[in-house]
Amino acid sequence: MESMPMEVQHHHTAPTSFIRKYVFSVDHKVIGKQYYFLAIFSVFVGMVLSWLVRIHLVWPNIHIWGLGVLSPTGAPGGVMSPDYYLSLLTVHGTLMVFFVLTTAPQAGFGNYALPIQIGAEDMAFPVLNMLSFWVTFLALCALVATLFVKDGPPISGWTAYPPLSAVGSDAGPGLGMGQNLWAVSIALFCVGSLLGALNFIVTTVDLRCKGMTLMRMPLTCWAWLITAILSLLSFAVLFAACVLLFLDRNAGTSFFLPAGLLVNGKLQNHSGGSPLLWQHLFWFFGHPEVYIAIVPGFGVISHVLSVFSRKPVLGYKVIVGCLLSIGFLSFTVWGHHMFLSGMSPYSGFLFSIPTLIITIPATIVSLLWLGTVYGGRLRFTTSMMFGLGFISVFVTGGLGGMFLAQPSLDIFLHGTYFVVGHFHMVMGVAAIFGMFAGTYFWFPKMFGRMLNEKLGKVHFWITFVGVYCIFMPMHFIGLEGMPRRYSSFVNDAMQPLMPVHTFMTIAALTTGAAQFIFFFNLFWSMYKGAKAPDNPWESTTLEWTVPSPPPFDNFGGKHPVVSYDAYEYGVTRNGKDYIMQTDPPGQPASS
Amino acid sequence: MSHSSGPLSATAVHDGRDLPVWGGGALPYAVPSKKLGMWLFIVSDAITFSAVIFAYGYLRLAAPAWPRPFETASIVNATVMTFVLLSSSVAMVLAVRASSLGKVSGAVGWLVATALGGVIFDILHIREWLGLIAEGVRPFSNPWGTPMFGAAFFTMTGLHMIHVTIGVVYLLIIAVGFGRRKLSAVDVEVSGLYWHFVDLVWMFIFPLVYLLSAKMA
Repeated sequence: MESMPMEVQHHHTAPTSFIRKYVFSVDHKVIGKQYYFLAIFSVFVGMVLSWLVRIHLVWPNIHIWGLGVLSPTGAPGGVMSPDYYLSLLTVHGTLMVFFVLTTAPQAGFGNYALPIQIGAEDMAFPVLNMLSFWVTFLALCALVATLFVKDGPPISGWTAYPPLSAVGSDAGPGLGMGQNLWAVSIALFCVGSLLGALNFIVTTVDLRCKGMTLMRMPLTCWAWLITAILSLLSFAVLFAACVLLFLDRNAGTSFFLPAGLLVNGKLQNHSGGSPLLWQHLFWFFGHPEVYIAIVPGFGVISHVLSVFSRKPVLGYKVIVGCLLSIGFLSFTVWGHHMFLSGMSPYSGFLFSIPTLIITIPATIVSLLWLGTVYGGRLRFTTSMMFGLGFISVFVTGGLGGMFLAQPSLDIFLHGTYFVVGHFHMVMGVAAIFGMFAGTYFWFPKMFGRMLNEKLGKVHFWITFVGVYCIFMPMHFIGLEGMPRRYSSFVNDAMQPLMPVHTFMTIAALTTGAAQFIFFFNLFWSMYKGAKAPDNPWESTTLEWTVPSPPPFDNFGGKHPVVSYDAYEYGVTRNGKDYIMQTDPPGQPASS
Repeated sequence: MSHSSGPLSATAVHDGRDLPVWGGGALPYAVPSKKLGMWLFIVSDAITFSAVIFAYGYLRLAAPAWPRPFETASIVNATVMTFVLLSSSVAMVLAVRASSLGKVSGAVGWLVATALGGVIFDILHIREWLGLIAEGVRPFSNPWGTPMFGAAFFTMTGLHMIHVTIGVVYLLIIAVGFGRRKLSAVDVEVSGLYWHFVDLVWMFIFPLVYLLSAKMA
């Protein structure tokens, strides 16, 4: 009998050529940074687009420099048309949801830190890892290309609801080539995410070093594992939906198109399909996607709050259980995005209950974070500030969710700015705070230099106050009935609320400008920042046992052995208040 | 199949407590990474197929009428295709067995036989597609009304046919690699997982697409 070969250790040697080292690299650390910069690019473009739409909302006739060159039809003379407003909104949403919130927390930080934190030399499938990134890169190229094709990006929004997204260019700008590119982009993104998810799960299961039991993993690793499982199960459905959408558009099928559809006076040659089918498939992906964006943030926040409170995470096992139950429940609630679709009240009830149940694990996790901080010896680093800020924006945004979870309220609120305020706060801002906390925390390890803390705090305070100024008023004008998705409100009943819009636009421009402090800090510190020690935050996990930045194989050929839990803070041992996971086993520490 | 005794049996003493600690580095559940990776791929691919099958069921149930055009000859053809595909799965089992026993030429032979089954399946399937196309079936219309019939048929069987074709190429690559002793028995077994999965999907498509649309006497 031939015994099973051991094929897990990857003894690839460090590459020397520029291309293999920085471009087509199989090193998880380089790929993590590639994903990170892909997200930085996307968030920059997405932010500029949000400025443009916010400016247009308040000053519909303003000339925006350069816009007329980018799209002579969409913005003749630099004045945005209502259609072009929707086109830019589509790109903003798609970029932010897919290429920022899905890539940076999971594929960016996860790729960088997961293998080191579990004591592995690399991911389980390094070549597949490289492939995931480049497929995602192609997806981004396809999406950005929509800005430059004739008619511009599709006007159908990031959710691409049919019939609008499926009928073709008769229905409006961007629904020809732009929508095709969108479908290709998202299908490619699904493939990249699926390959990445598979890699994360195998890595976590198979490559943990000696002594790294599941319950000794840092919560970040748990969060990445659970997110990977959600990705694996949900992107597969979106992939199928994109294929069907592509066929409807290009092969004449009618999966999402009913009979007798008149579009701009032209009878469409389709019959037998259902627009609701897309909504089911899309939201079966779409709701887990919300947690794909936020759960890595949960992991990072649990992690940094413990490090900077010098206390063990309160209720480690409970947090793991809550993340697992949130992950499970996220697959049972997709219908709460479809309360307006005319579903049976019984179905609405069925989807409403698990939606409300999700607030229980989410609340428990939030309280455990407060409990972790309570009584700690807090160190107010920028990372910690964003960690605390995360709790604030997550809870604030989450409260709005309890309104929207009830069909009776949602039927009124769904089409208003309340929803915009809610999901930007709870999914967008909270996840971005998680990314900022992660950036300020791991930057020393990733680039071998420290970020400037003073600039970091200025960045934090402007951002923290700014996001409340942008997104809190949206809740209130939503309650007043201000509808979303409109490009401007001229001479109508909404006029009295326009000063609030002006305020939010100014807040958005200011908060956006403050992000340049971050970008400057990031790129300046990369080359000019103070040299980072191996363990600047006096943290316990494995990435802080290796040099900053770590060598190609992470541990310099050594195999770490773990003897302690991930959060042994608040102890007294050898003059330190923490025990590294890899410290040699000894007497239980006195606390 | 033999599983090495596995590092799970190890226990280690850490900070005064006895903890079940596997040896680290490899095979915590005696599943090689490649095999686990393939299982996870199969999970996600099964969900993609499920979504398409769900779409088919959703639209078919909503349609006032759905064509049942498949004559006995079509059903016989599809049954032969099913038989060929299932036989190729048997050949795959024998390939995995031969490879785990270290019988290189036997494993390569069975792998090629499996791939051949896939090729025959594809040929029979394409012949049938061409027949239906000649009858006027298109993704957007067909002679029996309810245009979605053609859309669902071509999408589901086409997606499956792509999987079979990729599988044939995959099996031949594995056969060459194993023949040259560049690949291990695990690689053969992993390719087998994929092949059996593709067969299993057909066992859903055959009744849902063909038998449910067989012409009633």
